[in-house]
Amino acid sequence: MLERFNKAFESKARLGIMSVLMVNESLSFNALKELLQLTDGNLATHLRALEEQGFVSVQKQFVGRKPNTTYAATDDGRTAFTQHLNVLEAFIRSGAFQETK
Amino acid sequence: MDSHNQSLETLTEIRDLMQRSSKFLSLSGLSGIFAGIVALGGALVAYLRLKTDALSYEGMSDVSELTRGEMMRFVLIDGTIVLVLALIFGVFFTIRKAKKSGQSVWNSTSKRLVFSLMIPLVTGGIFCLAMFYRGILWVSFPATLIFYGLALLNASKYTVRDVEYLGLSEVILGLISLFMTGYNLLVWALGFGVLHIVYGTFMYFKYDIKR
Repeated sequence: MLERFNKAFESKARLGIMSVLMVNESLSFNALKELLQLTDGNLATHLRALEEQGFVSVQKQFVGRKPNTTYAATDDGRTAFTQHLNVLEAFIRSGAFQETK
Repeated sequence: MDSHNQSLETLTEIRDLMQRSSKFLSLSGLSGIFAGIVALGGALVAYLRLKTDALSYEGMSDVSELTRGEMMRFVLIDGTIVLVLALIFGVFFTIRKAKKSGQSVWNSTSKRLVFSLMIPLVTGGIFCLAMFYRGILWVSFPATLIFYGLALLNASKYTVRDVEYLGLSEVILGLISLFMTGYNLLVWALGFGVLHIVYGTFMYFKYDIKR
């Protein structure tokens, strides 16, 4: 069962990014940074990794003259994350079952 | 069992992040309590000044043009003072609570909250001004309750659930007040004063004290 754990969500930061993007239509880089308490470089690396997997889409716009980058979860990302959560849940349930035995 | 605990921890963190990122939870119950006290004060001043419930539909016909104009100006000023004071208290206690829990005040969730509040509120405000302009004073009392209630219902998606029930209560009171035109001021004081204090106290004990 463990091999069904999605490698893309291995790190806590990526799990955090995905869970926040699941409930928000889209979020700016700064909003993500504040919510997850990550450094610029760290967040950028994880976002790029998720983008390469096709789980996160990036949109670059300009607000006035300032560039504003927003991130959203793709359909693939949503499916993969939900699956990951299901596995996690099953894993915990099986543990609880063994405990009561 | 260690990895199980770890998974549980991860799940709790995910849930916390999802909540924190989609809902603005720094609304303080104290904001509601103080808004309620200000509203009761405003209603009391209005009652003392106007003495009679000439605000009602029936009463308006007895009032001469001059006093009607004075009355409108008085109600407009009184209402604006109540609104501004309630907003100041509301913002003050919200900032205080956000600072205490180390959260930012002006973020994407609070922006969405304010935006969804403002659309019904501004609509209601313009509606009431139009009624004033047409010389219909009494409608603005139920109308402020109804539009405020709708604003809360609209904004409740982005904050704690209790705001939804407060909004519903305000709408129901406003609708009742549309028919019981003899008690406009009383029902208004009940909606903006008493309900705010009741919900504010409830929310204060439910969310503010525990943390």
